[in-house]
Amino acid sequence: MTTAISIEDLSKQYRLGQVGTGTISHDLNRWWARVRGKEDPYSKVGQVNKRDQAADGEYVWALQNINLSVEQGEVVGIIGSNGAGKSTLLKLISRITSPTTGTIKAKGRIACLLEVGTGMHPEMTARENIYMNGAVLGMRRHEITRKLDDIVDFAGCRMFVDTPVKRFSSGMKVRVGFAVAAFLEPEILIVDEVLAVGDAEFQRRAIGKMKEVSTTGDRTVLFVSHNMASIRKLCPRSIHLDAGTVKRTGPSDEIISAYINDGLTNELDTPIAKDSPRTGSGRAMFTRVWIENEDGNKLTHVTSGANFTIAIEVTAHEPIPDIVLSIALQDSSDSYAWLVRSNFDGAILGLNQKTILRCTVEDFNLARGAFRGVLFMSERDNEILDSLPNAFTLDVAVGDYFGTGARGLPNHCKTLTRATWKSSSQA
Amino acid sequence: MPTRTATLSSLGAQFPAVTQRDEVRADHFGFVFMSISQDISTAADAGPDQQAEQVWDLVIQPKRHLLDVNLKEIWDYRDLLFMFVRRDIVTVYKQTILGPIWFFVQPIMTTIVYLFVFGKVAKVSTDGMPQILFYMSGIIMWNYFADCFNKTSSTFRSNAGIFGKVYFPRLIVPLSQVTSGLIKFFIQGCLFLAIWFWYLATTDTIRPNYWAFSTIWLLALMAGMGLGFGILFSSLTTKYRDLTFLIQFGVQLAMYATPIIYPMSILSDTARRILWWNPIAHIIEAFKCGFLGTGEASMAGLAYATLFTIASLGLGIVIFNRTEQTFMDTV
Repeated sequence: MTTAISIEDLSKQYRLGQVGTGTISHDLNRWWARVRGKEDPYSKVGQVNKRDQAADGEYVWALQNINLSVEQGEVVGIIGSNGAGKSTLLKLISRITSPTTGTIKAKGRIACLLEVGTGMHPEMTARENIYMNGAVLGMRRHEITRKLDDIVDFAGCRMFVDTPVKRFSSGMKVRVGFAVAAFLEPEILIVDEVLAVGDAEFQRRAIGKMKEVSTTGDRTVLFVSHNMASIRKLCPRSIHLDAGTVKRTGPSDEIISAYINDGLTNELDTPIAKDSPRTGSGRAMFTRVWIENEDGNKLTHVTSGANFTIAIEVTAHEPIPDIVLSIALQDSSDSYAWLVRSNFDGAILGLNQKTILRCTVEDFNLARGAFRGVLFMSERDNEILDSLPNAFTLDVAVGDYFGTGARGLPNHCKTLTRATWKSSSQA
Repeated sequence: MPTRTATLSSLGAQFPAVTQRDEVRADHFGFVFMSISQDISTAADAGPDQQAEQVWDLVIQPKRHLLDVNLKEIWDYRDLLFMFVRRDIVTVYKQTILGPIWFFVQPIMTTIVYLFVFGKVAKVSTDGMPQILFYMSGIIMWNYFADCFNKTSSTFRSNAGIFGKVYFPRLIVPLSQVTSGLIKFFIQGCLFLAIWFWYLATTDTIRPNYWAFSTIWLLALMAGMGLGFGILFSSLTTKYRDLTFLIQFGVQLAMYATPIIYPMSILSDTARRILWWNPIAHIIEAFKCGFLGTGEASMAGLAYATLFTIASLGLGIVIFNRTEQTFMDTV
């Protein structure tokens, strides 16, 4: 197999804080150092990219000494928490910005999809924009003409092909953009979470197309996503970036589990900001959520089969005697995996100005994975008080739910259920 | 019972194997996945000799050489240049009633205003030329330069969105702006020529001469200078935004330092000597001389303007080339 992308000692340094005209003094300093034949005085002071630590230098290494090689035809996922350097890496490979040190060598045409529909102009028709977008991505005119029918069909916009795209819905624009990209046929394709848009049917098509691209075998794909399900589905191999360095590389399943387990070091205690995305009347609001065990100690994560308590702090303007509280968990593909609701259990919960609501769960029946917590609270069944689609992240580690050591099939089924089995022979 | 136990244990022996394969890569849900590639390698264990054999199509390094402008790449992206030009021309006057007629309205209105302000009120001499031709020739020439300069000088800032998402030779954008400016110039030039022909046929005040053949060269100089200055300023403004303010009124002031609304002949010797160093003055004079038969076209002046254009374009490209590599970090 030949190597499609080879990255050697790649580093990228950014300046922290405001990049303003103040840099003129640094520019002069740099220039003076160069004139005297000395090293760049600012390249040494950069610190490791850890966003939760206070900065003590003025420069930061967004990427540091990355060494990677990707074989031709490989589909590689890139995962890592926010700010780990994923996008920077893609930006360097796609030549949007230059590295500070190191080299990237690539074989074949690179196309990057950091956004679909780049260069589209709202006043131009879909047809014109297909040409425009294709040209921006590096396609030749005759190439686009040859594929125009396929692109229009794939986007499903034959009816509107001569309508200015400003009349299109945003979803339709995305479809047109993705359709162009799908027929790009580069040797190396770089994709950054563009699949998160469009309706369900289109997402299926997009994933299908990605899979088709990846299974034809000679196309190399780099795919950055926070959606572990699609990484698992599309990429046999993954790279885990952490604080600007390659932490692990290997089969996606291993890397994803290790990545999720890494996240379990901080105890889950999430203050909820007033301005976080939420709906509801606001007469009462969720302000904090944490998880504790039976002894009241805060937990970092929960395990399958364990007992624990979800504690939620609520602030209300006036006492509300009877509320309904729901706590739900969504998996990485946004479907609900688990839900509890106070009125299912016949519980009556009241609110004072500041209240802590506790929901104790026994024998937790979800399999390993990372889940997003959704909180919802209403006054009986009438007024929605507060609804938070993204309140906290709950990591579930492997536990002994069955009591047999089996851990279920976390990739397929999120819920664990014990059953009794019997085999009886019929006479 | 012994038979049953045997069956169960044989099932048990199969199950763990299935479970494990499932964990790694499952496809009994109808998906067909490719097998995991076994050769998970990093650059470290690929070995140096294997890499030496490879021929790379693309090598990305921290700093390119200053003069390393990839002309072939720009040629490869010529369709994009075409699309940008098309976009500039087609979309400007979409959803307007007059449409492309607006291309004419602007120089006509400006000419009328100049006719009134400088011709009737201030009574600035036009060297005996019909005022309408005198002003219009200056306006369309100057507009082309100002257009090239203004538009290209905001290349990085106004295209940061698209530049941040996709790579193509950045020089395509200023080049497309110069080209679409040229198309606009030709449209306005037709208007000028129509009026010019009318005067040529009905009066004998204008005396065109061989200098008119230099028009193509003059346009190239205008385009080159506008582009050179534009990309130079565009590169500098990514870091030092002060320059944007300078550009805004600088272009307006520069117009008065160029013989657009007045002929060179009304100036004092000192003023003329100073104005000689303005390269655009020579271009405008050569144009007016060619079409109207007035003004002071000189080979020396044009040679100076040519050198000036080459220098500014060269400097512009070098600085632009340097800036385009990292401007996304500072813009």
